[in-house]
Amino acid sequence: MMLRAIYDWVDERLDLTPIWRDVADHEVPEHVNPAHHFSAFIYCFGGLTFFVVVIQILSGMFLALYYVPDIVNAHASVNYLQNELAMGAIVRGMHHWGASVAIVMLFLHTLRVFFTGSYKNPREFNWIVGLLIFAVMIGLGFTGYLLPWDNKAYFATKVGVEIAASVPFIGKYIAIFLQGGDIVGAVTLERFFALHVFFLPAALFMLLGVHFILIRRQGISGPL
Amino acid sequence: MSKKVSRRKFLTYMLGGTAGFLGAGMLFPMVRFAVDPVLKKGGGVGFVDVNLPVNQIKDKPIAVEFKVHRKDGWYEPAEGETLTAWVMRQNGKVVALSPVCKHLGCTVNWDSNPQFKNEFFCPCHFGRYYKDGTNVPGTPPSKPLDKYQIKEENGKLLIGPVIKA
Repeated sequence: MMLRAIYDWVDERLDLTPIWRDVADHEVPEHVNPAHHFSAFIYCFGGLTFFVVVIQILSGMFLALYYVPDIVNAHASVNYLQNELAMGAIVRGMHHWGASVAIVMLFLHTLRVFFTGSYKNPREFNWIVGLLIFAVMIGLGFTGYLLPWDNKAYFATKVGVEIAASVPFIGKYIAIFLQGGDIVGAVTLERFFALHVFFLPAALFMLLGVHFILIRRQGISGPL
Repeated sequence: MSKKVSRRKFLTYMLGGTAGFLGAGMLFPMVRFAVDPVLKKGGGVGFVDVNLPVNQIKDKPIAVEFKVHRKDGWYEPAEGETLTAWVMRQNGKVVALSPVCKHLGCTVNWDSNPQFKNEFFCPCHFGRYYKDGTNVPGTPPSKPLDKYQIKEENGKLLIGPVIKA
């Protein structure tokens, strides 16, 4: 076959096979394989969370083709991309509902790790990395919520910022930092956008990389 | 055709096909969404009264500004978007030239470069046109300036869309 020939040609020069073998070929113990014990489906939650995150990244990239993080145009651009472009409601819907699904799956994955005791020695470090991922994902949810710049977005952010402001001593400064000023306004929208599409995804990618490398290093935890 | 398909091959194809189907189902809406501007038809532009009595149009080109209504995504200014036409008489006939250079789309100006008197001049790459819009040979543009469709109503000039070459 043609594809085979192309692959062989590249492989001969770059020796790709060992690389993807390392990624794809690994032991899946019986106790985590739903084909053996159906209840093992709980071990799929982590992978499903990652799958949803991939959907979020893709749909987010496509939404960014049309979205504008500016108080005058943000809502108009969302309205335009949702109602005037083909499949706009579907692409925005993927990002909107996927955000909730990602948090739910992440929570289920955390519960699975907790109740199977998978966080114990030697995997404590990966548990911590997982909790950092949780924090980043909540941050992505919080910052993304403001971007449509409608009433719900605005007041949800006000509430979130006030909650952050209730931290003793430094709360006031956290609130000003989040808002980029004294009110939820133009600067807030722009910095939430920057956090949502640059800072937090960058942090997420690095943490996910560590998370996956550690899983491969340490293997899947044993049966109960 | 009677070549046997092994069980492993069959399963690989089924797995690949299912994955491909799911992936396509995920990607199709996003790609369709991204290419929508390519598939959308642009709105037509009507004729605009540019508030210029036809008998005031002389041989010397004048820049006439007029507003057209255009929807640019979510941006749709109520007052419209300003366009310019170079309006003049050629052998007694009124002509409205588009100021968009036929080289790479910059804006030309009449008589704006002292080196090239009585020509349309484009500052980007020194494209030049004679008064009738014909490109000066040896300068970057390879085609004459586009003309606007024009009409005359009650002695006033109306400018329409650019005539597509």
